[in-house]
Amino acid sequence: MTSPISPWIIFLASIITSNMILANFLGMCSYLSVSTEYKTANGLGMAVTMVLLLTSAINWLVYTYVIIPLDLVYLQYIIFIMVIAALVQILEMGMDRFLPDLHAKLGIFLPLITVNCAILGATLFQVIRNYDFLQSVLFGLGSGLGWWLAIDMLAAMRERLAKVKLPPGVSGPAIAFIITGVVAMAFIGFSGIFVIQ
Amino acid sequence: MNFMLVAQTVVSLALVSGALAVIISIADKVLNNYGECKLDINDGQKQLTVTGGSSLLSTLAGEKIFIPSACGGKATCGLCKVQVLSGVGAGQVLPTEEPYLTEKEKADNYRLSCQIKVKSDMQLRIPEELFNIREFICELTAMEDMTYDIKRLRLKLPPGDEINFKAGQFVQLYTKPYGKVREEVFRAYSISSKASEKDHIELLIRLVPDGLCTTWVHTALKVGDQVRLSGPYGDFYLRGDCEELIMVAGGSGLAPIRSLVYDVIEKGLPHKMRFFFGANTVKDLYYIEEFTQIEKEHPQFRFIPCVATPEPEANWQGETGFVTVALDNQVDTGENKEAYLCGSPGMLNACIKILKAKGFTDDTIFFDEF
Repeated sequence: MTSPISPWIIFLASIITSNMILANFLGMCSYLSVSTEYKTANGLGMAVTMVLLLTSAINWLVYTYVIIPLDLVYLQYIIFIMVIAALVQILEMGMDRFLPDLHAKLGIFLPLITVNCAILGATLFQVIRNYDFLQSVLFGLGSGLGWWLAIDMLAAMRERLAKVKLPPGVSGPAIAFIITGVVAMAFIGFSGIFVIQ
Repeated sequence: MNFMLVAQTVVSLALVSGALAVIISIADKVLNNYGECKLDINDGQKQLTVTGGSSLLSTLAGEKIFIPSACGGKATCGLCKVQVLSGVGAGQVLPTEEPYLTEKEKADNYRLSCQIKVKSDMQLRIPEELFNIREFICELTAMEDMTYDIKRLRLKLPPGDEINFKAGQFVQLYTKPYGKVREEVFRAYSISSKASEKDHIELLIRLVPDGLCTTWVHTALKVGDQVRLSGPYGDFYLRGDCEELIMVAGGSGLAPIRSLVYDVIEKGLPHKMRFFFGANTVKDLYYIEEFTQIEKEHPQFRFIPCVATPEPEANWQGETGFVTVALDNQVDTGENKEAYLCGSPGMLNACIKILKAKGFTDDTIFFDEF
């Protein structure tokens, strides 16, 4: 029984109302630690988007054609994690070989991404919600773009804040949490548009 | 039933991880294959042919060139800097390296070697000291007693090999398991031989009661044995930005000073030298004839052995008392002088106090503590 929601609604919802960071708070560690510089944050966002898109597609195939037929649902977490790790590894090697400039910009973030919970989160969401292939791919892409949007916003604000004198009690990671909270609340305002979770 | 489930789990996981492992190794063979690459280090001083595909740090370590790295290649310590002059990656600083490189270093083509993959021929520049740090398997060709508790070891490098060290530097000597000591330990010893003799080194090793390494040297080691050491290390070497060198040593601290004295003489440097050598008793003195001979042949060098409490029967004619007393009496000011000290922490601290009172500064006092 696949989900009846239109893939395009899923795509938009995963960017705005079901944003990985602002609604689900997934992938917070790299979101907070790599958001002090806009340029670097942008690279990480791009890399996360790419990996999310690919893992959503591949993990859907693995789930549908390996895990379900072989009745391995109880092992799905381990299998998903291994697939993600292997994929990231291969992606890194391939990028280093054929797209060295791109690799220099975002390839170095790839090892970081393996342990980003947003990646596994997206895969598990699509399984729980019974998405079909197109729904999964667009969900992965949308989640990635949403994550990218969120880290870009935070990095842009933190870069500006770095030039301002803040009260010592809120400087550093504290202000990043406060900003994230405020932005997340602002995103609740979108929640009337469409709901997928 | 339970057994079936366990078996199914194990087999499935093994198959899935096996399949992924096969895919990754194929990808590694196909994608990560950069063939043979030539590395040219320090303008041709060393040329290596290596297999590409690994980080520069680990590739160099594989060739026994050890760039310091505390984090093991995660770009978090910033120690593994080398200059990459040409080849893939030259001048292309990654965001991970940014925090560890100054603007000047970036302009000088410095990179973190753990963040570069060897993908093509490369021209590198590595600080001389690091480049020289290596492991040597030497043969102990001679061992003799200098005093009742100090032995001189002569270690010959493998044929054709040589060690490039600055006079005053030290090596680390690795023990082999002996007696009740099961583990390998290593200790640092200054080289006492001439820096110009590169095919062997000499060490002076005093027996420290209960010392793991010195006991091994004094009891287990035999002439003809293979000895592993690495080096040279250390920043105790001649600066020479002065007119006179004041050298002070106690016990086996004589080792680096002997190397320094020969270095100044062999290079024909103009520095005057005064060497205060401290010993507790007359039977603790050694190399006395050799240094007295140097003093005769080279007026620039003066040798002042000091014995704290000479045995009455030894009929000691020289300075009596602690080496610090002679130092205090005979050195007037720190002007145009550099001090080189090697000995026990107690002796060093006393000497440094005296020297500072005479106008020596942290920039003109160099010491090697043991």
